[in-house]
Amino acid sequence: MELTSTVFTAKAIYVGVIFAITLGVAAYSTYFERIFAAFFQDRVGPDRAGPFGILQPLADAVKMFMKEDFIPANSSKWLFILGPCLSMFTALMTSAVIPFGDTIDLGNGVKFDLQGIDVNIGILWVFGIVSLGVYGILVGGWASNNKYSLLGAIRAASQNISYELAMGLSIISILMMTGSLSTKAIVEAQQNGHWNILYQPVGFILFIICAFAECNRTPFDLPECETELIGGYHTEYSSMKLGFYLFAEYINMFVSGAVMATLYFGGYDYPFYETVVNSFGENVANLIGFGALIGKALFFVFVFMWVRWTLPRFRYDQLMNLGWTGLIPIAMFNVVWTGLIILLPAEFNLSSWASIGVAIAGIPVLIVGLFIYHSIAGGKKKKTALAR
Amino acid sequence: MKLSNRTKVLEQEELTLAERIYLPAIAGGMMTTLKHFFQKPVTIRYPEQKRYLGPVFRGHHILKRDQNGAERCTACGLCAVACPAEAISMVAEERKKGEETLYREEKYAKVYEINMLRCIFCGLCEEACPKEAIFLRHDKMVPVFNDRNEVIFGKDKLVEKMDDRYLRDGWK
Repeated sequence: MELTSTVFTAKAIYVGVIFAITLGVAAYSTYFERIFAAFFQDRVGPDRAGPFGILQPLADAVKMFMKEDFIPANSSKWLFILGPCLSMFTALMTSAVIPFGDTIDLGNGVKFDLQGIDVNIGILWVFGIVSLGVYGILVGGWASNNKYSLLGAIRAASQNISYELAMGLSIISILMMTGSLSTKAIVEAQQNGHWNILYQPVGFILFIICAFAECNRTPFDLPECETELIGGYHTEYSSMKLGFYLFAEYINMFVSGAVMATLYFGGYDYPFYETVVNSFGENVANLIGFGALIGKALFFVFVFMWVRWTLPRFRYDQLMNLGWTGLIPIAMFNVVWTGLIILLPAEFNLSSWASIGVAIAGIPVLIVGLFIYHSIAGGKKKKTALAR
Repeated sequence: MKLSNRTKVLEQEELTLAERIYLPAIAGGMMTTLKHFFQKPVTIRYPEQKRYLGPVFRGHHILKRDQNGAERCTACGLCAVACPAEAISMVAEERKKGEETLYREEKYAKVYEINMLRCIFCGLCEEACPKEAIFLRHDKMVPVFNDRNEVIFGKDKLVEKMDDRYLRDGWK
């Protein structure tokens, strides 16, 4: 009984901490997005609220709450309110299965997992919830009773469905390597530097491209494309309802960064783990691992912003073309090649270096394959009249 | 239909494989933005930092004194005539005995007012002035006013202070 209550309390504290970290990171992502945007464009960015503008998120939150909360007369009111709630809800649920760290020894032989819940369908849970996330956008866009909102919502739905396929296929390669759906098992298989990025470089590139599309981030932020759709699905939203939509996007960025770190960058693994364990004990080492995962996730958040301020938006037909005729075939190739990565070293009793070699050899093979396909299918000349 | 002979037909090749993959171009673009990420921002934080606007910038008006501290303006009214916005008005007065140190000429401006809402900072008053009395400063702008009563600048704001003399770049 004593043991259960300790674990329960620890779990509750852990969930609270993860919740706070997620919200804090999301709030400060808005600030850092603006700061980084400024840096990428040789500007200064927000620096008025507090030293270096670090109170900017507070000011933004106050502004969001104080603004008029407008609900259009012809909207379906309850769905209109439900939309941002769904978005926020699904964004926050995803982090439950991400293993943020290894175990912590609480004394009396009680081991405590630094993970919300280790279910054996971990990565499927992430996928299910992320797919649900599009309902928030869809419901909000539909309820607004505005053609631009509806178009944005439709775009979001079709884009998410298209890119989920390629994302799922690139995950299948990871599942083949690990043999388990559990995120914990995936991370444990990558300990001591055997990060999946070494075995799955193509898979990682596919995954990160799909993650951009799933988070509705540039270059795939078609659902909120201002030039065509005003504000897209959140055209009619104001006040904190709009804030929830924007907030959910930043939470999704952080969580997808954490998922990428979990799947491809060894999760909470970091170099010199053994040295730290020997000199400071296992608890400290695992807490550093917790920090390592957060750091990796934040790095991906930075990459998200970096890409946003570099690349222009895709056209919608280009987006669909890339998803269906580009990413899905390559993901299928990657699945087949992963079979080789697993089979060849096992067949000839080679070390893990051989599988890395096979994995890297996959890239030239892919490029040669694409080249052959390209020279057969492409090569037409286009004539375009340009007025000078 | 051809409207002009300036149309040029370009032969555009189909995208090569490297271009179709997108990734090399994306990597190049990301490197470009990363380079800018570490560059110093070009921003000048205006109210705190001010940029040098050059010796010919036309800012706040000033009524110069001569080297002895006497006002140069003789209230001839040429500036008011030249002013396209009719912003300048003045009241002339004869110099009394004993006021030679205050006013250089025998006639001076008792009241000299510029309506800063009317002024367009064209500098024609400066060009019209035969006594080199009025100038538009290059180093100071007219401050923001919050009240209509502050809009008309009198001699108290326009005449040069002896402890803060105005010297334009290029003057001796």
